[in-house]
Amino acid sequence: MTVDGRASVVPLALAASACSYQHYQSTFGNAATEARQFNILFVIFLVICAIMYLAVIAFLIASIARRRRAGEANTVEEGRHHVSNPLMRTGLISWGAVVGSGLVALTIASFIADRSMASAAANEKLSITVTGNQWWWDVEYNAGDSSKMVRTANEIHLPVGVPARIYLKSNDVIHSFWLPSLAGKQDLIPGRDTDITVVPRKVGIYRGQCAEFCGAEHAKMALVVDVDSYRDFIKWWQHQLQPAPAPTTPLAKAGYAFVTSRNCSVCHAIAGTPASGTVGPDLTHFASRRTIAAGAMPMSEGNLYGWVEDPQSIKPGSKMPTIGLEPNELHAVVAYLETLK
Amino acid sequence: MSAHVPERVRREDEQLARERQKIARDGPKLKGAKLEARLERTWSRPRGIIGWLATVDHKEIGRRYIVTALLFLSLGGVLALAMRVQLAQPDNALISAQRYNELFTMHGSTMMFLFAVPVMEGVAVFIIPLMLGTRSTAFPRLNAFSYFMYLFGGLLLWGAFLLNIGPDIGWFAYTPLSGPQFSPGKRADIWAQMITFTEVSALAAAVVLVCTILKTRAPGMTLARMPLFAWAMLVVAVMIIFSMPAVALASSMLISDRLIGTNFYNAYEHGDALLWQHLFWFFGHPEVYIIFLPATGFVSVITETFCRRPVFAYPIVVLALISTGILAFGLWVHHMFATGLPRVGYSFYTSASMTVAIPTALQIFCWLATMWDGRPRFQVPMLYVVGFIVTFVIGGLSGVIIASVPLDLQLHDTYFIVAHFHYVLIGGAVFPLLGILTYWYPKITGRMMSDTLGKIGFWMILLGFQLTFFPMHFAGLLGMPRRVYTYPAGLGLELPNLLSSIGAFVVAAAVVLFVINGLFSLYRGAIAPSNPWGASTLEWAAASPPRPYNFAHIPVVESRTPLWDAEGELPVVTGLRVDEKEILLTTVVAATPDLREPVPAASLWPLIAAIAVGVLFVSSIFSPWAVVFGAIPSAIALTAWFWPKDLKRQPEPVIS
Repeated sequence: MTVDGRASVVPLALAASACSYQHYQSTFGNAATEARQFNILFVIFLVICAIMYLAVIAFLIASIARRRRAGEANTVEEGRHHVSNPLMRTGLISWGAVVGSGLVALTIASFIADRSMASAAANEKLSITVTGNQWWWDVEYNAGDSSKMVRTANEIHLPVGVPARIYLKSNDVIHSFWLPSLAGKQDLIPGRDTDITVVPRKVGIYRGQCAEFCGAEHAKMALVVDVDSYRDFIKWWQHQLQPAPAPTTPLAKAGYAFVTSRNCSVCHAIAGTPASGTVGPDLTHFASRRTIAAGAMPMSEGNLYGWVEDPQSIKPGSKMPTIGLEPNELHAVVAYLETLK
Repeated sequence: MSAHVPERVRREDEQLARERQKIARDGPKLKGAKLEARLERTWSRPRGIIGWLATVDHKEIGRRYIVTALLFLSLGGVLALAMRVQLAQPDNALISAQRYNELFTMHGSTMMFLFAVPVMEGVAVFIIPLMLGTRSTAFPRLNAFSYFMYLFGGLLLWGAFLLNIGPDIGWFAYTPLSGPQFSPGKRADIWAQMITFTEVSALAAAVVLVCTILKTRAPGMTLARMPLFAWAMLVVAVMIIFSMPAVALASSMLISDRLIGTNFYNAYEHGDALLWQHLFWFFGHPEVYIIFLPATGFVSVITETFCRRPVFAYPIVVLALISTGILAFGLWVHHMFATGLPRVGYSFYTSASMTVAIPTALQIFCWLATMWDGRPRFQVPMLYVVGFIVTFVIGGLSGVIIASVPLDLQLHDTYFIVAHFHYVLIGGAVFPLLGILTYWYPKITGRMMSDTLGKIGFWMILLGFQLTFFPMHFAGLLGMPRRVYTYPAGLGLELPNLLSSIGAFVVAAAVVLFVINGLFSLYRGAIAPSNPWGASTLEWAAASPPRPYNFAHIPVVESRTPLWDAEGELPVVTGLRVDEKEILLTTVVAATPDLREPVPAASLWPLIAAIAVGVLFVSSIFSPWAVVFGAIPSAIALTAWFWPKDLKRQPEPVIS
């Protein structure tokens, strides 16, 4: 099946073909129960609003085009002009009734959709905590047993058909978690707990983006959602539970030494190594992700070089400093990062 | 003992009574050219630069308001063009993220605080006294003060922007992004103090308008005969009085968080980040109607004149204005549907947001029924009414769409919203504004604007607007969030953004054409008679442009459309002083003559007070002590402002 076929593609290969972009980040994505309900409700609203609009325009055209009797010249008619036209009085009352009942119908439709969305994922099977940071997403898969918890960043994997609840927190300013193709959005507010539920219905790769202005690089705070078949999801999840593989080549070993002993480990954590910073994204399976720097660039060796060497030119204002690596250090660090599959 | 009056005082009283008999008043004995010459002398301001700065003439202040607001419109428009150039193609690196954030912050703040609200106030300050048949606004010095505060607020914001310390936090300045931790430096403080300036200014203008509308109407102009524009401005002014304090409080708390380390918005010190949003939108939503309702007044005025019928169902239109004004205060949470407040509580705000569509729908019907009943003449102002209906209704209906919680959770903070509120604010407020400026241009300047240029400009802006903003609906649905300085290729956003960018330049060209038309007509336009459009309301009984005293005699109103119903000359009341500035106050509901009220002379003190308060506001960005020390010159200026002219007894009391 194409589903399995796509999911088994090497994760590094960003699904960049135009065809897979089609519902990549669109409210027409229809990839989850929530997004489908949105689309149905949107069509209902659109139809009723279009009818109302056409009624107004028809009345406007009729008023302009109406043939006046010869007596109704360009003058104010004495004595008569304060008396309102009985036809129009009836029209006004009917118009009020039509608009009023139309709005009542829409309000009810909206309320029903809201209730059903709230109940769709009431018994979630998967619990994830997403924490917003300027300008990246920290992702934790919650589990009762801490050895089963997975930590990653800027990328979420969801099994198709499984109701998931995503708890939302913020470490700094207000962000908004928005997955157009799957669900609506929900703000991440410091000091408050919010959540959003999603029941994915279509296997695929989707893009989400921060929707609340959160400072300089608000435009470059995206995330990828990978809706997998249940089997693929379990495979991915078990792989994520593993610590980072030990480097094998001499270059990667040099990179390992640099990353774990120098600037990098102050902010980043790599499970199974001494690097345990919590300021920046967890890098344990960094190279398996589709993008670098919260969707700023697709994952590739070239982009990795660019990012590690000078993050400030790619995402100015980012918390990751340009530290001025020597060329040999840069080669080593990139070689090591590429092993973090 | 009180009965005993000393002989000296009694003699003085008699003397004063004799003098009172000699005071010149308009009436059968004093009319025509002689009266006009004397009124001209009494009501003219001092000549020269001092007189120019000291004027309290509502027409001069109104003109300044309008011109200043249009300048800010142009500046805000230039920023919009810069943003559209940046967004014309994906992954564009022309404008940096930081600069882009400044651009949209300045664009929003300029358009909302320095253009839309002030221009409505300016038009009202100019026209309302004329429309009501009086000679001055209430509190003319407060009116002058309000203009200067507005001007200084605008200069602060734009001066900071030009010095590269302009705000970059959005026109909504959400905490904690705008707080001390995430916005170090002075950018956010400048935004917050600009708000304070425009708050003070808007509150002052609102008080002036409420008192002018309720107390200075011509005798006989009962509330039921008041022009619909005056009704709209009355509702708007009351809304300003109730909504502005919320944002003044919010911005003061923000400044104190930033300046003296309070923690109103700091979630980690028992503050609340959402408190800002509640306070801001409690102001911010009524703000939209503060901009929109005057425009509905414009539409009523134009429709009435160009259809040659009074607006159909006047009571319904008035009730629609009032109910919109009230409902506007119950909608603010629909800006916060994504913040995770209780879901069932949201339903209330969905219903309220839907409900506010009803009075607007009824008003639309009333205007169309007026057109149906009359025979519309499609001169430029009326064209703008048609453009308004065609455009605004789309914005109103997209508003119905985003009033629904499930739909808003997708569409909130996307380009769909950008499309929605530009349809509402440009279609709903700027189109009627351009129409009404064309309409009242002869009253303001004494000349007509060019009809041909006006028509070309109208079609350009109408079509250019649709080209700019209609594709934004699609950009939003295709997943483009607001306030992003760029977007990646491949999401399908290229085409809608390119169309929007092209359209933006068409709109800009149309605005330039409007300005050229305005400037050109100032010197070359046809000389306007006093009532060029054959309108029904009192401002058209005054000369074009009006004399400083507006009306030689105060007119008496016997119907809702006085100029259409008067047989020959308008009936008048007489008896106001001509040697001192004086207006007639009437009762609030029935507009029966009540009091003769002296009008203050021109004075520099409102300007000096505005400077003193301005220095206080600006220096309080840097030190809390500025509030203490800055209060001293402000108090001195206010004391001088209210100092009586003469402590000697006068035959009739006159204030300086």
